[in-house]
Amino acid sequence: MTKTALVAGTALAALVMFAAPSMAQEDTSDKRIALSNNYAGNSWRQAMLTSWARVTEPAVADGVVAAADAFTTAENQVTEQAAQIQNLILQGYDAIVLNAASPEGLNGAVKEACDAGVIVVSFDGIVTEPCAWRIAVDFYQMGYDEVVYLAEKLPEGGNLLEIRGLAGVFVDDEISRGIHDAVADYPQFTIVGSVHGDWAQDVAQQAVAGILPSLPDIVAVVTQGGDGYGAAQAFAATDREMPIIIMGNRHDELTWWAEQKAANGYETMSVSIAPGVSTLAFWVAQQILAGQDVPKDLVVPFLRIDQDNLEESLANTEPGGVANVEYTLEDAQAVIAAGRQ
Amino acid sequence: MGAVVNPRLLRALLPAFSLAVLLAAIFWLQPRTMTYFGLNLLLNLAIPIVLATIAQMFIICVNDLDLSIGSYVSLTACIAATWLNDEPVVGVAALALCVLVYAGLGALIHIRQLPSIVVTLGMSFVWLGVAILVLPTPGGEAPEWLRGLMTWKPEFVPFPIIASVVIAVVVHVGLMWSPYGAVLRGVGGNARAVERAGWSLLKAKVIMYALAGIAGAFAGMALVGLTTSADANIALRYTLLSIAGVILGGGEFVGGRVSPVGAVIGAMTLTLAASFLSFLQLNPDWQIGAQGAILIIVLALRVLINRAEGRR
Repeated sequence: MTKTALVAGTALAALVMFAAPSMAQEDTSDKRIALSNNYAGNSWRQAMLTSWARVTEPAVADGVVAAADAFTTAENQVTEQAAQIQNLILQGYDAIVLNAASPEGLNGAVKEACDAGVIVVSFDGIVTEPCAWRIAVDFYQMGYDEVVYLAEKLPEGGNLLEIRGLAGVFVDDEISRGIHDAVADYPQFTIVGSVHGDWAQDVAQQAVAGILPSLPDIVAVVTQGGDGYGAAQAFAATDREMPIIIMGNRHDELTWWAEQKAANGYETMSVSIAPGVSTLAFWVAQQILAGQDVPKDLVVPFLRIDQDNLEESLANTEPGGVANVEYTLEDAQAVIAAGRQ
Repeated sequence: MGAVVNPRLLRALLPAFSLAVLLAAIFWLQPRTMTYFGLNLLLNLAIPIVLATIAQMFIICVNDLDLSIGSYVSLTACIAATWLNDEPVVGVAALALCVLVYAGLGALIHIRQLPSIVVTLGMSFVWLGVAILVLPTPGGEAPEWLRGLMTWKPEFVPFPIIASVVIAVVVHVGLMWSPYGAVLRGVGGNARAVERAGWSLLKAKVIMYALAGIAGAFAGMALVGLTTSADANIALRYTLLSIAGVILGGGEFVGGRVSPVGAVIGAMTLTLAASFLSFLQLNPDWQIGAQGAILIIVLALRVLINRAEGRR
């Protein structure tokens, strides 16, 4: 009896503690949020839309917001998405969560939305229009963190092979810049080779196989995601020792890692952006509608998988997909608090 | 014993009728669109499509087809967002050069008797390549005056409607009422007869291509005025939209049978069809198909009217 009361009391205290920061929040139960998405043609985007539905449906059912509808343009085109945004304004949505086809080309439509009093929160594919909020990915930091991890694992350093993404794309430049700056800060590492893997396992495998004969011993491979499994296959085909290959949360990469871990205790880490970032954007939009002071520029936390949570992450990842996490209101509040500093 | 309604009149009224039906459906689905603000948002992105459709109409009028208009509009948009803003003189010169190249294409196609589809398809990659050179990463900024014009909010009537009416009237007067306009259309209808009457076919084609280049340049400028910045891929869909717009507006692929007013209405119908489907909250996987279905319905109606016309 006393035990039940105690549990109830603790639960109540926890409830009050959680409720406390939201005391000042305005009611958003009559607000409608729309997701404007420019593309749904790959597993990442599909997971993004699934996460959106999984998080917003209960939120609508619980009366947190009145609606949270997802709209995807039929063709991945700037003009079409601009028209879509203008239609969403006309449909009377209070906030538009936006994954943009172009960082600049939608600014006119975004400005129209802001002028009409609609909150615009862009994520992943962000827009530069100052009136919109941006939830950006710090790709530079992602590259930097890879080398920091290697510096912990391999204090004596050694030779690195870098696999880059698609040439000429901003993401590739940023991750690579982070890696190179980190190597400058940890001079025990040297990048002895660099190939373009185009974020695809088959391309990465061919590229790595092509450059390997010309390289000295490699202690680790720094990657950008979607290329780790291909690199592992290329190394496995030689008599070289398997280096530490940084993975990118793809199902095939995690599967290979888990197999190696079981067989010979192979250690590495895996990092990427979770498609569930759409749900973070949803909660951020909800917080703005609730009258919270939210900074215009926020940074998405990475989804990092380490040795001890590998099996659990792999179990939650669909074959052919990418590891995912869905964000809660508390996560969004933490990101907002971090952005305020 | 004529039919109760003249099929010819019916045919001319069909585009306007489709537009009215679609507009009524949108008003019913989403009453917010019935306001000044609503109409403005609903139609402002139609202005560049209207201009691109007019450009396509000039080409179709001389029995050719332009598969490069989308990438050409992208290029002129990139020029408008960069040079026209930073160095207006250079920008105007670059746009004028684009128009000259268009006129040159008309001459090339006529003199060498090349299929226009092949030439313009090839040019579409040239335009896109140049656009990427002008603006390697999305960006740029719309000139202040252009932005001001495109976001101008005149009293009573929203700007997109005024702009569409002005475009339709100007082109209609020039092409349908002026004596030389009749000659230009005659090139598509019966080139040999026009030539025998002493008119230069080369000159006519060059003029039509140059007019298309001018309309395309205006389309790019209008687009940048709306989006505030450009992207080398910004208007690629305009190629097919413009062809559909001309045909939807009562034009024919051959025979010089086009209608400027119809083309403007056709372009607006296409824009509204997309909005209509989005207001219906139709699954995006079905939207392209549904857009196609709307096109087929309108064209099927036209075939019925044409049959009635043929019977007379």
